[in-house]
Amino acid sequence: MPAPMNPVLDTLAGLSASLAAKRVSSVEVTTALLARIERAQPALNAFVTVDREGALAQARAADVLRAQGGAGALTGVPIAHKDVLMTDGLRTTCGSRMLAQFTAPYDAFVVAGLKRAGSVLVGKTNMDEFAMGSSNETSFFGPVRNPWNTAFVPGGSSGGSAAAVAARLVPAATGTDTGGSIRQPAALTGVCGLKPTYGVCSRYGLVAFASSLDTPGPFARTAQDCALMLNAMAGHDPRDATSLARPREDYTRELAQPLAGLRIGLPREYFGAGIDADVAAAIDGALAEYRKLGATTVDIELPASRLSVPVYYVIAPAEASSNLSRFDGVRYGHRAADYDSLLELYAKSRAEGFGAEVKRRILIGTYVLSHGYYDAYYLKAQQVRRLIADDFQRAFARCDVIMGATTPSAAFEFGAKSSDPVQMYLNDIFTIAGNLTGAPAISIPCGFTRGGLPIGLQIQANHFREARLINVAHQYQQVTDWHARAPEGSQ
Amino acid sequence: MSARADALHDHWEVVIGLETHTQLSTASKIFSGASTAFGAPPNAQASAVDIALPGVLPVLNRGAVVRAIRFGVAVGGTIHPRSVFARKNYFYPDLPKGYQISQYEIPVVQGGSITFAFGDAQRTVQLTRAHLEEDAGKSLHEDFSGMTGIDLNRAGTPLLEIVTEPDMRSAAEAVAYAKTLHTLVRWIDICDGNMQEGSFRCDANVSVRPRGQAALGTRCEIKNLNSFRFLEKAIEFEVRRQVELIEDGGRVVQETRLYDSDNDETRPMRSKEDAQDYRYFPDPDLPPLAIDDAWIAEVRAAMPELPQAMQARIVAHYALGVQDAAALTSSRDSARYFEAAMAALPVADATGAKLVANWMHGELAAALHRAGADIADSPVPAHALAQLVARIRDDTLSGKMAKEVFDALYGGDGGVDAIIDARGLRQISDSGAIATIVDGVLAANPAIVAEYRAGKEKAFNALVGKAMAASRGKANPAEVNALLRKKLGGQPA
Repeated sequence: MPAPMNPVLDTLAGLSASLAAKRVSSVEVTTALLARIERAQPALNAFVTVDREGALAQARAADVLRAQGGAGALTGVPIAHKDVLMTDGLRTTCGSRMLAQFTAPYDAFVVAGLKRAGSVLVGKTNMDEFAMGSSNETSFFGPVRNPWNTAFVPGGSSGGSAAAVAARLVPAATGTDTGGSIRQPAALTGVCGLKPTYGVCSRYGLVAFASSLDTPGPFARTAQDCALMLNAMAGHDPRDATSLARPREDYTRELAQPLAGLRIGLPREYFGAGIDADVAAAIDGALAEYRKLGATTVDIELPASRLSVPVYYVIAPAEASSNLSRFDGVRYGHRAADYDSLLELYAKSRAEGFGAEVKRRILIGTYVLSHGYYDAYYLKAQQVRRLIADDFQRAFARCDVIMGATTPSAAFEFGAKSSDPVQMYLNDIFTIAGNLTGAPAISIPCGFTRGGLPIGLQIQANHFREARLINVAHQYQQVTDWHARAPEGSQ
Repeated sequence: MSARADALHDHWEVVIGLETHTQLSTASKIFSGASTAFGAPPNAQASAVDIALPGVLPVLNRGAVVRAIRFGVAVGGTIHPRSVFARKNYFYPDLPKGYQISQYEIPVVQGGSITFAFGDAQRTVQLTRAHLEEDAGKSLHEDFSGMTGIDLNRAGTPLLEIVTEPDMRSAAEAVAYAKTLHTLVRWIDICDGNMQEGSFRCDANVSVRPRGQAALGTRCEIKNLNSFRFLEKAIEFEVRRQVELIEDGGRVVQETRLYDSDNDETRPMRSKEDAQDYRYFPDPDLPPLAIDDAWIAEVRAAMPELPQAMQARIVAHYALGVQDAAALTSSRDSARYFEAAMAALPVADATGAKLVANWMHGELAAALHRAGADIADSPVPAHALAQLVARIRDDTLSGKMAKEVFDALYGGDGGVDAIIDARGLRQISDSGAIATIVDGVLAANPAIVAEYRAGKEKAFNALVGKAMAASRGKANPAEVNALLRKKLGGQPA
């Protein structure tokens, strides 16, 4: 593969090498990317906040550090954070009117990790309101547009981060994945998106949507870059009781491992009816590549996984209805201008501060937790969640990774599904199980539709097998160049 | 009133269950690192977690769990190997997250019991459960006109809510239970017991039923009773209210009521009809609380002897009465004082124990009460009281002298023997010296001696008084008595 001529447009690893070789400075790269962001913003709307001054100050500091020889892989590399992750002193909106003016006094754990690693934060990316959505149409700050075709959605909820990486506005960005919110937009914008094992990246400073499912993770153009990001994002955090105390890992350590003997599980449920023909063809093509690399495929069954979407749409709204109660207009966030009673203060502040999709999910969640319905919905959903996890454990006894399409179809046009929430929810049919089980998964580009829209291959592995997952994705990217394609105008 | 009350109790049986919120004595909050100290300026002790900023998460304070285990061990309850924190969802300005983290389906402690003396009998109240939860903040309505102030210092303070079965049958019994529980939680050092500061507050569930009826009546819950007196008066009022209501043909509505101490009455707060649906569900931010046998054993090994066991030991070992033993173990400081005094006595026998107990409950308790001091800070240390008792027993001091020495001790005038010497308070028990005094008195008062010989017993007492006066009160009165009788030649005619 020919190395790109311009380090500004290079992958994270490529840019890191250029910075190390002093072919370019962080200030130069940051300045150039800030200019690209400014130019792209009217068309893509990928950012909610751009921190030009802060970014350049960090870039200068990174260049000093490089000169002193204290640099790591991420030193001076510009990145962006999804606007659901708290950034000390820089506003965090969650894509909502509720927090449109909110600035936190602290960094999220993953934000602090990437800061310590020397990365340069250029800004906060747009997203579905409170991470609820699969199209980025629910943001208070307007939708993000897909860089491959601005008539199409970029996916969601981390659509701004995905679009920013796809459009070469930053080499990498953070996202959060609750039901597919990293992998689905990665697939729809032709980039790599990794959802680590639940508990590997602390949720501290991630504004909670559904606590038992929320998982921070990276976007980048290659699997290797995802590993470099994850190296700085993972780790035990005593401030998050669900963060796992595990030894630090280097997620690049298995990159070069050959795939001969790899057993790829193909769930019957992920193939067949309901999959777009172009998507099915692209997945078949990817599997053919893997066979060439020495992998074998094995048919598996995940019978309970057909219940993933209904289970998810009980558990996630239930947790959300409670998590979003703190946005009451009392201590911070949007407060209605006039109210005559405490009840009215609550009702008006929340009615004005939240958008339609957030309200829908709060109502669903409140309903399923209500007295008399709890057992039939929430408790039953938790039981089925266990059955789904059991399916995966049985499957992983027979294979090393599970593959299939990340989404049943490629990006759709704005408005195509926004009137039918269930159709929208079904876009996450293949990604949700990973959140319910907590196991890691990655989406990588594996082709295009006849209409020129990217298609994503989802690779799932068992808990804590991120290094293997990254290895399997990386080896594919050594023999294909889907991930190197750029949207027109972004080259 | 009392006749009427008797009539009431002839026909009606009162059924009471208590829920007690005990504030656990951890330095920091149950889910954050903020301090729990009382009295800080508003919101000075509210961390990002306590004010529920977006993105922050609760992390369980191990010290709160240790205290819950101590309680479970002390009451003989079952400590669940895996208990679950749940969210209780409701909106209120002093509840920053919009939910309270509590325990619902699986509490940390299940069962157990509290036994206490009630009159001459022993009563046992069964506990339903004890669970960990966080306190809410405070809404301040008085200080701001037209506005409400919110102080979140108390938000996140660790509580152990201790729930009884409906086992109590009178306000007095409920108070006896609550006092025993109050002693216990301070004894095992899990709660400072400060009721003014809200560290120990009771909710009472009260119902009445006709005697002989098996089914329970409809109950009302009276919230936030923060003194034993209010607990008693609130229950008594509520019982009268319910009985009068039923006797007038009405029926009790299940509701939550507040006790108004100014008017000595309970008033409705909210009825069951507008009871909120709290939408409890397991808190996904907190893994289940795992407590293994090793942890319980570690906590158990560090437990002090419990008041019930100590009372039994005191009764058996020192032959003291149950009332004495209960009073000595009314607090761990009192028990420590008693044990220290007994250890310092030259002869730690039943007589010594009775003397120590009497002095602790008499002079010492009175002096401490006057000074508003606690026995832990007593100006008369246990070894000094033991020394005083020793000097009474070896006849150095009469009872009257001992009181003078005690006052000097309390005033900080030095040790027992130093005070005795400095004030010349040593009792004269030497029979030669007393004989000289008695001879002098007999020689100087022939008229009284004659009266005595004529059969006037009172005259004998007059002679004793003269002898005591002649010794300036220092003669051992028993010796004086014996010697006078002997010298006067036995009984009067």
